[in-house]
Amino acid sequence: MEQVLLQVRGLTVAFKDETVVNDISFDVYKGETFALVGESGSGKSISALSVLRLLPGNAKISVNQMLLDGESLSSITEQNFCKIRGKRIGLVFQDPMSSLNPVMTIGEQIAEVMQIHFNYSKAKIFAEVFDLLNHVEIPEPERRINEYPHQLSGGQRQRVMIAIALAGKPDLLIADEPTTALDVTIQAQILQLLKTIQQKTGMALWLISHDLALVSNMADRIAVMQKGKIVETNNTDNFFKKAEHSYSLKLLAALPSMDSCINKAVDTRSNLLKVTDFKVYYPIRKGFFKRVVDYVRAVDGVSFQLQQGKTLALVGESGCGKTTLGKGLINLIPKTSGTVLFNGVDLSELTTDAQRRIRADIQIVFQDPFSSMNPRMLVGDIVAEGIKALYPEIGSADRQLRIAKLLEQVELPKSSAMRYPHEFSGGQRQRICIARALAVEPKLIICDEPTSALDVSVQAQIIDLLKNLQKSKGISYLFITHDLAVVAEIADEVAVMYQGEIIEQGKVEQVLTSPKHAYTQQLLDAVPRIG
Amino acid sequence: MIILWTDALIYMLVLASLFAGFFIFQKPHFQRPLKKISASKTGMVSLLLLVFFIFIGLLDSIHFKQSEGHSTEIISALDYWAKPLRSQSEKTYSAPFSAHLYSKEMITLADGSHSWGYPRLKFGGAHLKTPDKERLEDVLTKAAIGFAKGASIFILFIVLLWSYLHDRHKHLLNSPTAKALWIVVFLLVSISYMLIYLSDYYHVLGTDKVGEDVFYQAIKSIRTGLVIGSLTTMIMLPLAIVFGIMAGFFRGWVDDVIQYIYTTLNSIPSVLLIAASILMVQVYMSNHAEEFNSLILRSDMRLLFLCLILGVTSWTGLCRMLRAETLKLREMEYVQAAQALGVKQSTILIRHILPNVMHIVLISVVLDFSSLVLAEAVLSYINIGVDPTTYSWGNMINGARLEMAREPVVWWSLLASFVFMFSLVLAANLFADTVRNAFDPRRAEQGE
Repeated sequence: MEQVLLQVRGLTVAFKDETVVNDISFDVYKGETFALVGESGSGKSISALSVLRLLPGNAKISVNQMLLDGESLSSITEQNFCKIRGKRIGLVFQDPMSSLNPVMTIGEQIAEVMQIHFNYSKAKIFAEVFDLLNHVEIPEPERRINEYPHQLSGGQRQRVMIAIALAGKPDLLIADEPTTALDVTIQAQILQLLKTIQQKTGMALWLISHDLALVSNMADRIAVMQKGKIVETNNTDNFFKKAEHSYSLKLLAALPSMDSCINKAVDTRSNLLKVTDFKVYYPIRKGFFKRVVDYVRAVDGVSFQLQQGKTLALVGESGCGKTTLGKGLINLIPKTSGTVLFNGVDLSELTTDAQRRIRADIQIVFQDPFSSMNPRMLVGDIVAEGIKALYPEIGSADRQLRIAKLLEQVELPKSSAMRYPHEFSGGQRQRICIARALAVEPKLIICDEPTSALDVSVQAQIIDLLKNLQKSKGISYLFITHDLAVVAEIADEVAVMYQGEIIEQGKVEQVLTSPKHAYTQQLLDAVPRIG
Repeated sequence: MIILWTDALIYMLVLASLFAGFFIFQKPHFQRPLKKISASKTGMVSLLLLVFFIFIGLLDSIHFKQSEGHSTEIISALDYWAKPLRSQSEKTYSAPFSAHLYSKEMITLADGSHSWGYPRLKFGGAHLKTPDKERLEDVLTKAAIGFAKGASIFILFIVLLWSYLHDRHKHLLNSPTAKALWIVVFLLVSISYMLIYLSDYYHVLGTDKVGEDVFYQAIKSIRTGLVIGSLTTMIMLPLAIVFGIMAGFFRGWVDDVIQYIYTTLNSIPSVLLIAASILMVQVYMSNHAEEFNSLILRSDMRLLFLCLILGVTSWTGLCRMLRAETLKLREMEYVQAAQALGVKQSTILIRHILPNVMHIVLISVVLDFSSLVLAEAVLSYINIGVDPTTYSWGNMINGARLEMAREPVVWWSLLASFVFMFSLVLAANLFADTVRNAFDPRRAEQGE
């Protein structure tokens, strides 16, 4: 067996009286990839941060033993601990947007680590930084070295973050959800990069993730965390063959499977929504008089149809214009041109008043369940809002009844109506958002990435809920997502968007099993699969 | 009974806040924040202090005519009860609890000879035969008697209410907050009574240059401070909120127009505007002398206009902050969700934007409140503040400027205005803090 690099025994972290990490023990061996998997709030990030002593002051940490290469980490003074962080243990955070300093060039930010840990000359540091940028495969490093974070794409920023973490030549690299904020194709590249670097340097990688499929390709060993406890530690192969703990099984079962699209019933129904040549352009203005010099073509001539009671999935990476399209359809963003026929009625020809009323038929559910509800309104009022606005004739008593019924439909307790949104978990909030959309009895709901902010098991529940609602009420969905596995679960038809245009559309089985366009193929390849 | 302009506005304000309070009590989902406020010690104690201040201010806002001998003057209910304080004026400065003037004068002795020394005061310590020996003992005894009397009034009151409270509202006696409150009420009643009792014999906070009692001045200033703080805020708030939210929400030309208005207003020195409007009011009043035939009417008009112009010049800062916050909020998904639900824009503004900027409004209003009271002092310095005959902490501080330069120093005016102003502003700050914490649902949960 390999040597133990990091040994943790009996780590407990508590905030006030709430225990977040409860007596966990694990080892990370030299040169291996150790994955800590769990849902949000299970304490996986906290346990990593507590090893590096990066937790806020109100956290109470107790540990029986914490050894890094045989040396006790808990006995090191705070002053000397700086020599551990960065030099012995590197850390890559989840969000590359907020973890880089926007007013420093990326070269300076990488050099900073080396200035702290090594006694290099300026020329040597420059050479090292240059090497690192090459190492993390950033194109044109001689130019990029003097650029600022905002000039880089998300994937490149994450590469810079990795370069910074590598600058101290650590023995252990902790990667805290390193790809969650990235697109699928980029995600695959970053993971590949981490793997190559690990092979070259022989350092240990401690990967923290919620994504079992991703972990299955990367990790040597997997530990599953639930509510602050490690419930199972196993070899990756063993884990996916026969996981032991019931929670691990539950996680595995909740994984959306790409195979679920096969043999879906196909029947044709009347068209509900017909979009032709839809365009949304943003003008680029320059000069003193703000003349329009050019346009950003966010959505560039999109056409599609959606049948009654069916689901059309709109797939694409961030920035491809899929959200803009969704919002443009219900006039939250003004369109540039194109027609939208809803039930045979052209939406742009309606009077303002009729347009307001047609909102009852088309509703939207947003991605982020945290920002899509007014934090100062009661859940009951949030759900009631649409009823009040569109059906003012409904009296207060009837409205209360309807709200109670809606909450029941989305499987929330009746008492929720008198509580505030922040008292609910992410999945419950998304249910409230769905109830709000359902309140006005729409025929079409535009779901803008409704599950991407949620944990896997919760995601599966929300998708089930949406499916059931479709069955019982015959609602159509325009399902905007970047996750092809979710598409396979829910969609009848798929449209793939790339740079403002739809490049491929068709029945879900056909697109996912035999894609015609190269980009679709690329997307499919990038999806992490178990095994 | 005479109702001055500011009186009327104060009554309206008090009525409006009572109605608002009543409305809030009716709503079931406000029960939790209200409970949280009532459970907070600092919050309730500062509320109690605020109510005490407002009570004095209200007493001072009930004006009526009173004939005294051959002259008729307008006095307030407070003046009526504080008659000894008002009428017992000395010749010039005297220190707190002193029996002598603060400066030496030629004294004519009983036998007709003259001597150079500190003359006895007309009222302060006049009952003492040999003040040098008896004074300290007398002050302490009188203070103890006053305190005991005040305390016994409080205890009598409690005993009368005891059975009622004990049987029906046990929590009003037992909770830690209630205990703190009762202690503060006890201290307030006892100390107030002690001060009133002592004021019959001494000038508790000394006298000023023309021999007026400083304690009386400080109490009278409470109303001025409250009027300036609250009326100015009432004028400033609607402007700042309406313009700020509209600019942020509608963008485009609405935003441009509003931004131009406040940048223009900001670039004119506000002192200029204030001076101009105060001078205008004075000219108006001297042209319509028959309508402003008494001193108090004139100073009231000037106070009202000061509030008005202060309000008009001070809304820009808050407006800009609200605009920025609204710009952020309008991109929030819940605003878009409301739009998708066909909610009218005016409703979105009131239901989604306004409640979410209230914390900024509350904080800046409380901070403005204190800076307004101070602004009044600064404006008095260049003679465009409140009327010099109006009692105000600003005027007291302004006067203290010269007093501090004297040798020996006359410190009590400054100290009195400082203590009163400090306690009012601190109470307002702490109370606003509690309210803000209680009404923010995210914060309320953390039980902090």
